[in-house]
Amino acid sequence: MVGNVSENPNYNMAIVKAFAVCAVVYFVVGALVGDLIAWQLSFPSLNVSEYLSFGRLRPLHTNAVIFAFGGCTLMATAFYVVQRTCAVPLWSSKLAWFTFIGWNLIIVSAVVSFPMGWTSGKEYAELEWPIDIAIAVVWLSYMFNFIMTIANRKVSHIYVANWFFLGMMIMITYLHVVNSLAIPVTMTKSYSLFSGVHDAMIQWWWGHNAVGFFLTAGFLGIMYYFIPKQADLPIFSYRLSVLHFWALMFGYVWLGAHHLQYTALPDWAGSLGAAVSIAMIIPSWGGAVNGLMTLSGAWHKLRDDYVLRFLVVSLAFYAMSTFEGPVMSLKTVNALSHYTDWTIGHVHSGALGWVVMVSVGAIYHLVTRLWNKEIYSVGLVNTHFWIHTIGTVIYICAMWVSGIMQGLMWRATDDYGNLAYTFAESVVAMHPYYVLRSVGGLLVLLGAIIMLYNIVMTIRTAGQPNAAAARA
Amino acid sequence: MGLGRFIGTLFGRSIDPQKRREKKSFQESLEKNVWGFIVMVAIVVSIGGIVEIVPLFYLDNTIEKLSREEDSIRPYTALELEGRDVYIREGCYLCHSQMIRPFRDEMERYGHYSLAAESKFDHPFQWGSKRTGPDLARVGGKYSNEWQVQHLRAPRSLVPESVMPDYAFLEGYKLDGVLTEKKMRALSMVGVPYSDADFAGAAAAVDGKTEMDALVAYLQVLGTMVKFEAGKDYRE
Repeated sequence: MVGNVSENPNYNMAIVKAFAVCAVVYFVVGALVGDLIAWQLSFPSLNVSEYLSFGRLRPLHTNAVIFAFGGCTLMATAFYVVQRTCAVPLWSSKLAWFTFIGWNLIIVSAVVSFPMGWTSGKEYAELEWPIDIAIAVVWLSYMFNFIMTIANRKVSHIYVANWFFLGMMIMITYLHVVNSLAIPVTMTKSYSLFSGVHDAMIQWWWGHNAVGFFLTAGFLGIMYYFIPKQADLPIFSYRLSVLHFWALMFGYVWLGAHHLQYTALPDWAGSLGAAVSIAMIIPSWGGAVNGLMTLSGAWHKLRDDYVLRFLVVSLAFYAMSTFEGPVMSLKTVNALSHYTDWTIGHVHSGALGWVVMVSVGAIYHLVTRLWNKEIYSVGLVNTHFWIHTIGTVIYICAMWVSGIMQGLMWRATDDYGNLAYTFAESVVAMHPYYVLRSVGGLLVLLGAIIMLYNIVMTIRTAGQPNAAAARA
Repeated sequence: MGLGRFIGTLFGRSIDPQKRREKKSFQESLEKNVWGFIVMVAIVVSIGGIVEIVPLFYLDNTIEKLSREEDSIRPYTALELEGRDVYIREGCYLCHSQMIRPFRDEMERYGHYSLAAESKFDHPFQWGSKRTGPDLARVGGKYSNEWQVQHLRAPRSLVPESVMPDYAFLEGYKLDGVLTEKKMRALSMVGVPYSDADFAGAAAAVDGKTEMDALVAYLQVLGTMVKFEAGKDYRE
């Protein structure tokens, strides 16, 4: 059942193990901070200290989940997949450990930076310039090692999962370097090289592609390896994956401008962004179909394969949020949804539904193979699955209702044409949904803790033989 | 199952991989050459950014042209600049936008829609993406300084419904002005037109003031630098 991956003893699996464990730890941390700030919005008296106020913790949450959890997951899976699909060990183990130590030091520096208020003030790129330089160096070490491993490969073709990883690495380098250009004042203070409308466009070119490349292309690399592997079937369509890949690489880059519709950004740019956003439904759904159809003829496996269950539900959320996104970029919808909680809900349907689910599936798969051991408790995995799914659905639904309600309340007028509600009235109306969202987030956090426990126990008992009842 | 079969014939596993390999396509050669693959990806991912971003730097109408009567947009004073840095440090932009869209309700609630010209000296921009609290693009002059200070100290003492954190601690931090001139010089390097007189007076202008004073000075100037002509369309 659980195969041993050390068929090639030179494969560096220690680095994969290290990144995988870190990913789970950062999942707990990121969800903890996220849920704390959700409660702060429900009950503002929870802003107990200047260092722990919403405005300083929110970047900590976003950076922890995207770059600490997401980053470690991508590094674990990319290093695993590239060795197995190229049939060679990593080009350099030393460089891989440099990446590991560097990335973790960056995460630690972020944990210090944000409560201190050291921020460049650009969303999802808040870290200050010395850390930005470190990110660029460590990121290049990751990419270089990955590319050189592919260059050394013993198989003739580069496997599709690696295309997605590679596309993600190239684009993130490009985005990170351009968007982080700044004039330093001190070690902890700098000003963006760009201003106003130019800075806005460059920021959202980065912002949407942090989603499109880091959180989508990279995790599609995971999907293209782990779904066929777990289902023990080839990917449904080669042609569709070629189409999916190039359309994604070409199209995603344009979408940032849809964050700036009706703003002072010239209308042509926002409209162009929206038009391409709508077209992106096609490759996105093509990719989702490709993953789901891989299971055709093997759907019965969902009954008892806990990993596959995570992977399949992640694709359902991927399809849902890649439909929702283009809808929200339509001008008339955007006029209502922009600035509201709907955006937050949309991000989390992608993040909790797609990114976390596919990562969690891949990590459970990895752990059992890397430690050559059945998972400690299948029951706990199932608990995690349900608690996470329910938490995510609560979160998204709460934000749909509050977001649309906000949008409608802000624009509502009475019979005389006056605004029907004050802003404060809309804030009060959000309270129940903010509490509900916090509860949804709490379930996700509990799920993460259960996962961490389950994985720690699996690793601790790895030396012992598999219990016969483990899969009962 | 009609659709499923259609997708299956179009894309599905029926395509024999051996057959595919016989025809050597461009895709096929890329899959065998990682360097060619990297170059192709780099080209493909560059196009969108180049088309959307580069023209913004040379098209004349990206930033509105304002007449001399309308345009009194100036760089922030030393105190306002320090206040803006507090605003950024505390992450105010995460809950407050500074970008009014040209909708009736927004103009009624917040004032004239925002112009690109108004944030041309903003490094970084602070348009924001979320309104957990109201837009602040034109909050300048709407409330008295005393109201702003009290509201920042304890938001719920003035707006019981508010979910904003308390910022009373800002009154405890005195500005020493050590960095103010350096900040202004850094900004002038990226195009903000500060003069020698601004640099020379920077430290004295903030000396003895608290972070609270600075933040309030910043809030009070927001959106006040353009004298709008009634009925004029600024976005053609």
